[in-house]
Amino acid sequence: MSPETERADKTPRSLFDKVWEAHQVRAETTETPGLLYIDLHLVHEVTSPQAFSVLDERGLTVRRPDRTLATIDHSTPTLDFAAGEGPPYATAAAQSQVERLQDNAAKHGITLHGWGSGHRGVVHVIGPELGATQPGMTIVCGDSHTATHGAFGALAFGIGTTEVGHVLASQCLLQRKPKSMRVTVDGETAPGISAKDIILAVIAELGVDGGTGCVIEYAGGAIEALDMEGRMTVCNMSIEAGARAGMIAPDATTFAWLEGREHCPHGADWDQAVAEWQTLRSDPGARFDREVMIDAATIRPMVTWGTAPDTGIAVNSPIPEPRSASQRKALAYMGLEAGKPVAGARVDQVFIGSCTNSRITDLREAAAIMSGRRVADGIRALVVPGSVAVRAQAEAEGLDRIFIDAGAEWRQPGCSMCIAMNGDRGEPGQLVVSTSNRNFEGRQGPGVRTILASPATAAAAAIAGHVIEPAELMEPAHA
Amino acid sequence: MPDPAANSEDDIRQIDSRTFVIDQEDIDTDQIIPARFLTTTSRDGLGKLAFHDWRYDGEGKPLEAVSLNSLDTAECRVLVAGRNFGCGSSREHAPWALHDFGFRAVISSEFADIFRSNSARNGLLPIMAPEAAHNWLLANPGVSIRIDLASQHVDLGNGPSFDFEIEPFAKHCLMEGTDPLGFLMSHSDAIDAYEADIA
Repeated sequence: MSPETERADKTPRSLFDKVWEAHQVRAETTETPGLLYIDLHLVHEVTSPQAFSVLDERGLTVRRPDRTLATIDHSTPTLDFAAGEGPPYATAAAQSQVERLQDNAAKHGITLHGWGSGHRGVVHVIGPELGATQPGMTIVCGDSHTATHGAFGALAFGIGTTEVGHVLASQCLLQRKPKSMRVTVDGETAPGISAKDIILAVIAELGVDGGTGCVIEYAGGAIEALDMEGRMTVCNMSIEAGARAGMIAPDATTFAWLEGREHCPHGADWDQAVAEWQTLRSDPGARFDREVMIDAATIRPMVTWGTAPDTGIAVNSPIPEPRSASQRKALAYMGLEAGKPVAGARVDQVFIGSCTNSRITDLREAAAIMSGRRVADGIRALVVPGSVAVRAQAEAEGLDRIFIDAGAEWRQPGCSMCIAMNGDRGEPGQLVVSTSNRNFEGRQGPGVRTILASPATAAAAAIAGHVIEPAELMEPAHA
Repeated sequence: MPDPAANSEDDIRQIDSRTFVIDQEDIDTDQIIPARFLTTTSRDGLGKLAFHDWRYDGEGKPLEAVSLNSLDTAECRVLVAGRNFGCGSSREHAPWALHDFGFRAVISSEFADIFRSNSARNGLLPIMAPEAAHNWLLANPGVSIRIDLASQHVDLGNGPSFDFEIEPFAKHCLMEGTDPLGFLMSHSDAIDAYEADIA
């Protein structure tokens, strides 16, 4: 890694260029991709077993167990279980998948935050929480929401299982450099607008494939004003616009959030790290393949009306006329009507959780709405913290009491209803307002209809029993 | 066109096949294989789960009206789908399922990044067609086509035949039947040197 001063070429570089170049083991050629070194490899139970099998078949070992960090999150139940009892897995397959990762981690000397760890949780929650995620790193995981870690100025992206095997064996990936895009969200958002509203607005602007082939850098006043949890929410959903990764330049907010965390440097090493991290900004004049500007002031509380994440609109705006057969199909699936707003749609379930929105500030945002109120009759509201540590923090703040007193279910951490492979799911035909990242057909269970929203909007839907702008719920009832 | 059955099942250097068309945009990997089936620890036998929730009713019985359930994959080994195929999750189970189902190539006007790289590594050719050819293929389901990997050409017979792009190293691996892990491991000296430099 050459310091800035040693570079002969003074061409302005983007944050992405800087991180990419610092990790090139071998440059790409016409015939072959380059080798990109991976600083941190996050592993979970779903996309790793076949990769470990390939290592075993070829007699290979894990090159850097110290740069590999594992947890269990997708297949794990979120129900309580008594000490001495086993976790109440939804299926025998789920249990054996978790046990496979336990075996593989033990065999290869990989740290696993499994049952009993104070840092078990959703992989994209625990990486930052432990301070394992740091500015300027390359981070990969067999999970498309790995872009989350880009909130810290890391280059982080999802990979397939074959590539998980490549990283386990070599700590490198074969890559060609993606294109770059800068999304500037300029100005200030209105009060009550959260990071989720911002990213749903960005994805609606870009389209579900607008970022294909790109790494996005998010910039602008509204992004800089976000706390780290909000920045993670924004970067998390980059893949929903098709982008490989999303990044935000690290700043004082980033450093303050990371300082003192377990995996971060300490003392003089910390000071030196911060000095280096401060160079991780796009130079003035840095070139991007595409620039997109969004005016923060125009962003309202957002919900999706369709079965792709780019169908976000303001809660009270009319649903647009479908532009294609696919959109007509989506509207029919959702049981919604063009020309009418999503507001007022009757809700069956509310899910507050996922790698997008399960951190402490997300739970505070939902609790502020639910405090002193009751979940509407007939609605099931599930609150699933992102990690054991987030759950403990929420309990220390009394948020669990707010949720439980409101009639919501306070669960153990995991991916839960975001991907619905652990037994937590909706029933066919049900409408779920969800703080997760994907509203694909059947994503939360066969036939389930999903509306994506912020924690505040999801909590408001649970209280009202239908989709509503959170601010309307907060207004005193009219006589 | 020669008899499609003359091709060996896994040789994708040249594919003579009829097409199967799903004229829908943004087909995500949750449609290709629903997440609840991802608790498997194997990559085999996932073909029966491909497009599961489109093919089976709530009790798991095959829906007769769904043509995927009666498709002869010895004849139809090329899937033609709408724009932005394979968006969503990074699950490699998606190409594993499509390959095991019997497909050897997918033609669309655009692919999601991770799906495209996963496919090329699993004997499933992701082929980006120009708009005119893509529209023609969508409008003419079941036509016989020839895909030639060496020349990167798709012969559509009476339709607008076209050349396609493929990442050169992915093509090399598919042509030679090798996989990239060996190439990667052959650079261990360079990786050692890089690690020494950053230590």
